[in-house]
Amino acid sequence: METYSALRAFADSWALLALFAFFVGVILWVMRPGSNAIHRDSAGIPFRHEDEPAPAKAGHEEART
Amino acid sequence: MWNYVKIGVLGVIAVLAAIAANFARDLAYQVHMIIVMLVAGGLFLWTVRRTDEPLPAPSPGDPAAGYMDGPVRAGVIATAFWGVVGFLVGVIIAFQLPFPALNFEWADGYLNFGKLRPLHTSAVIFAFGGNALLMSTFYIVQRTSGARLWGGNLAWFVFWGYQLFIVLAATGYLLGSTQSKEYAEPEWHVDLWLTIVWVAFLAVFLGTILKRREPHIYVANWFLLSFIVTVAMLHVVNNLVVPVSLLGSRSVEVFPGVQGAMVQWWYGHNAVGFFLTAGFLGMMYYFVPKQAERPVFSYKLSIIHFWALIFLYIWAGPHHLHYTALPDWASTLGMVFSVVLWMPSWGGMINGLMTLSGAWDKLRTDPIIRMMVVSIGFYGMSTFEGPMMSIRAVNSLSHYTDWTIGHVHSGALGWNGMITFAALYFLVPRLWNRERLYSLSLVSWHFWLATIGIVLYASSMWVTGIMEGLMWREVDANGFLVNAFADTVSAKFPMYVVRALGGVLYLGGALIMCWNLWMTVRAAPARQAVPAAVAAE
Repeated sequence: METYSALRAFADSWALLALFAFFVGVILWVMRPGSNAIHRDSAGIPFRHEDEPAPAKAGHEEART
Repeated sequence: MWNYVKIGVLGVIAVLAAIAANFARDLAYQVHMIIVMLVAGGLFLWTVRRTDEPLPAPSPGDPAAGYMDGPVRAGVIATAFWGVVGFLVGVIIAFQLPFPALNFEWADGYLNFGKLRPLHTSAVIFAFGGNALLMSTFYIVQRTSGARLWGGNLAWFVFWGYQLFIVLAATGYLLGSTQSKEYAEPEWHVDLWLTIVWVAFLAVFLGTILKRREPHIYVANWFLLSFIVTVAMLHVVNNLVVPVSLLGSRSVEVFPGVQGAMVQWWYGHNAVGFFLTAGFLGMMYYFVPKQAERPVFSYKLSIIHFWALIFLYIWAGPHHLHYTALPDWASTLGMVFSVVLWMPSWGGMINGLMTLSGAWDKLRTDPIIRMMVVSIGFYGMSTFEGPMMSIRAVNSLSHYTDWTIGHVHSGALGWNGMITFAALYFLVPRLWNRERLYSLSLVSWHFWLATIGIVLYASSMWVTGIMEGLMWREVDANGFLVNAFADTVSAKFPMYVVRALGGVLYLGGALIMCWNLWMTVRAAPARQAVPAAVAAE
């Protein structure tokens, strides 16, 4: 039961705060000034590679992950 | 070399399955092992015949260069097939309720309502919906990554492995192999097989994402990834059992009592949340912009939609256990999160609908867009109804009544079904290289039959559910209950008939779709070869 109490106390204090802060952080990050162009570009992804895969870029650049 | 390994493994599996079938402790397990033996044996022979044979002449062009659409085409066929099977079983059980004579005596113990109902739910959710998700995932992740599926034939393993899971689950239900958990009925040996298939699915998806040519991971893939990962987690935790014997299908659950109930509904609600919602939202974020020929309304909103949805959904499960042994704080937690969940759901709905802003005229000319709009509308409606029903006071009326069944079906038939039909109409001409669909007016017929079917279904279930809930709680002046359970059953008869007729309309629409898709592949003109003008990037 001690483990339960400890985990429970952690869950409704620090863990809750961390999750909430992450969530608020995501919203602020999405809304950051100057991100409009990036989002407009991302929204266009479905219209780029309809029929075949994108060719490998010069310099063997793999996708940035 | 690889073929020799396969021959060895398949041979061992076939022999072990034969031994297990021989010593099986129950009929379901025996049948399952015979199925496994036949599949492994068949693949064994097939592999032996191909080993060390000269490879067929490669077709012009590098076949490993384009997109891998074979599993997507197979997924389209499987989705349509299992859809019709699942709807048909649904119609049969809908008629069994008002007309109990349809529980035939000669099929007693196999085709009763109790045996067919889990077959129906699993057939529509996991066979129809699951194949829709498989085909969409394989299609979307390639197009939005600009890369061929990772893992070669692993995608084929995922597809056929999933079909084997469906066959094992369905035969198991009819023969009585079930752990009696809603949406998680298959027993441990079938669960283990699904786990293997699902890990392969995750590997194919992640491998393709990792080798993508687009720097950004498109938002549909976020939803699809959360669907795959969360379903894996839910499936493993909810199916932690100890088998009674390795040669039988019975097992004992690890979690006792109320913890077991909580784990089950944590699973059950998130199966709705991540299988039927997150996965299908991934479809929405790809197919709706493609069909409307314009990007999603707000990409920022789609990201917030994603994070809000996955942060909130996972806590909503306890609202299935109001007024039970579950502690009050847990059921309040589930209720509050369910109500909060309304907001991201409607954010997503607005995002989907507003994608059409500036293109609303397409509603008049394009029945596929119409299906998508109705689908998103039902998404909005059922994500409003759900939070409302999760409020404890409402739940005390709605729980255990047919209102719940009506709610589930407005989500499943409206949201999941309609978006899947739209995706099928979108995919078939592209995958089979056709200029267009065979007939748009047949799509309109399908649209209206399905929509009217859903309306009949949902409204009759609202009426009968609320009536039933009110009858159950009605007390006379002395505090005695007024109605016996059988009174509610006889009062529900007309609504049951209306519901079954709604199901017939929906099934009829699906049959029209199958005919239309079949004729598209057979008879529609082939797509004109466009000169290979790839935009130089």
